[in-house]
Amino acid sequence: MSDVHPHARGGFIEHTLEGLHRAMERAMYAESAASRNGLLQRLDARVKVAGLFSLIVAVALAAKLWLIAAVIGLAIILALFSAISLRALAMRAWLGALLFSGTIAAPALFLTPGTSFHGLPITLQGLRTAGFLVLRAEAAATLMLVLVYTTPWAHVLKALRIFRVPVVFVVILGMTCRYILLMLQTAHEMFESRQSRTVNSMTPAEQRRLAVAGSGVLLGKTLQMSGEVYLAMQARGFRGEVYLLEDLQMRRLDWVALGAFAVLASVSIWAGR
Amino acid sequence: MHIPDGYLSPATCATLFAGSVPFWRMALRRVKKAMNSRQVPLLSLFAAFSFVIMMFNLPLPGGTTGHATGIGLATVVIGPWAAMLAVSVALVVQALFFGDGGVTAIGANCFNMAIAGSLVAYAVYRLLAGRSALASARRVAAAGLAGYIAINVSALLAAVEFGIQPLLYKDAAGAPLYCPYPLSIAIPAMMIGHLTIAGLAELAVSAGVVAFLQRSDLSLLRSTAGKVVDAAQALPLTAARPLRALWAGLAMLMVLTPLGILAAGSAWGEWMASDYANPAARRQIAAASFNHVAPQLPPQGLQRLSAVWTAPFARYAPPYIRGAAFGYLLSAMFGAGMIVLAFLMLGRFIRSAARAGPEAA
Repeated sequence: MSDVHPHARGGFIEHTLEGLHRAMERAMYAESAASRNGLLQRLDARVKVAGLFSLIVAVALAAKLWLIAAVIGLAIILALFSAISLRALAMRAWLGALLFSGTIAAPALFLTPGTSFHGLPITLQGLRTAGFLVLRAEAAATLMLVLVYTTPWAHVLKALRIFRVPVVFVVILGMTCRYILLMLQTAHEMFESRQSRTVNSMTPAEQRRLAVAGSGVLLGKTLQMSGEVYLAMQARGFRGEVYLLEDLQMRRLDWVALGAFAVLASVSIWAGR
Repeated sequence: MHIPDGYLSPATCATLFAGSVPFWRMALRRVKKAMNSRQVPLLSLFAAFSFVIMMFNLPLPGGTTGHATGIGLATVVIGPWAAMLAVSVALVVQALFFGDGGVTAIGANCFNMAIAGSLVAYAVYRLLAGRSALASARRVAAAGLAGYIAINVSALLAAVEFGIQPLLYKDAAGAPLYCPYPLSIAIPAMMIGHLTIAGLAELAVSAGVVAFLQRSDLSLLRSTAGKVVDAAQALPLTAARPLRALWAGLAMLMVLTPLGILAAGSAWGEWMASDYANPAARRQIAAASFNHVAPQLPPQGLQRLSAVWTAPFARYAPPYIRGAAFGYLLSAMFGAGMIVLAFLMLGRFIRSAARAGPEAA
């Protein structure tokens, strides 16, 4: 028993499975949320991409904390009108951004030179700079979540054409999104099958070998699948030219929303100087 | 490593995005030429693979875990240009749909990881692997080091981008508007984690999967291998031995660097402006200079120029590292890494110039 690692049985496999499952669950939730009947779901994807991206840029340019907080408030209102709950925002955007950016921003409270804040060992400048870091990360995460939870992913990618993203890139991005789900499922099944055959704990070296072998097998499957997909595409008449079905159409509501986003973003950029 | 929104100024993001565009265009052109219509499914599938591989939790020595980005592995299997595109696509998907990395920082993340990472990984792999046989142990080591150095170069670029923010952007009250940490904090904070945990994860995945492919499907390593010696003639172990001995020697020297603490005083002529006012240092200068007493004031030029640049690892003792021995070791790792990288790039440049010469003639 001396060579048995004291950690819980297959802890590494379970962590990896958990991560893969979380990614799949996020993708599935996004698809179901995008089909709900809400304000943003009714808008053209190009309007949402342009509008929400311009608000993210306004947040990036802002030199005032209150303005960034106001944009977060606006994003929350848009989310609530689009059938996205506060719980979903908190669990899927705010918590992660707060933990990550909060950890990075915390030392800045003490390290940033400036005037002491109410006699505490932190500075006013440190507080402000930490506020900028955390609020900007929260605002961008909220706006992006509102976009991907109200718009089918394929439409988000098609809408990237408004930024002159080449068609071939949009097609590759679209195929990637589709096959990410398949790859996640494949990796999930691989690790799950290994987990079901594990009766004792594995040493770290065994876990490493398993992860590396899993990566190698997944790489082999990837290249094999790529060949099969290519043959299938050829069978359907693919000769190297890629096209995109431009089925997005602007209606009156979309023009109104586009105008509203333009005004909001312009005001935010002006007020945040 | 994935820079979120709000850490870099819009100007920095725009510059790095603009810097990435020519690389993407060139990559697309080269990949099109090499693979024709196969490029679309191959890049898509490989991007999906890169995405999934980033989620694998790798147990590392010391009880910690790390994630690999797969940059080194992608470069070794499909080449630097295709890897550049595949990893960029994976990063874009992560930023847009999975909240990993900022939307405004897409250009920066792609530049650091997909572009610089792939090119560095390829240069290191080709240089270290040389003409060794596909199944040689040298290729495994080359792939591992390619991943390790690539991820560290990417981290260094990100650290420099973070570190210049407080110099450039502050609000009226003097608070930094974006990343608040200067270069002297950003570089060690990023590099310590990448030289150890993240770098090891990358090394393990790159080397491990290449070793796995050597046993399962050797043909996957052929496209980026260049001219390979015939397997029958190859003596991988003897061929790798001189290089391996050099690496082992370098590692040994790094480990021994804390011995430098034992040396007393400064080397002759390497005095600092402050040494002229320090009685103990003045005595050492006089003793080392045939009892010539140093002037009371430091030379004006020395005083003026010494304020121009403050080294992040001054006197091999970064201020944020408490242990002097660890400071020496970290300095050695960082310095040796930079020198190796510079020579790899120089070697690559000389070889490409030599190849272009006869063709031009």
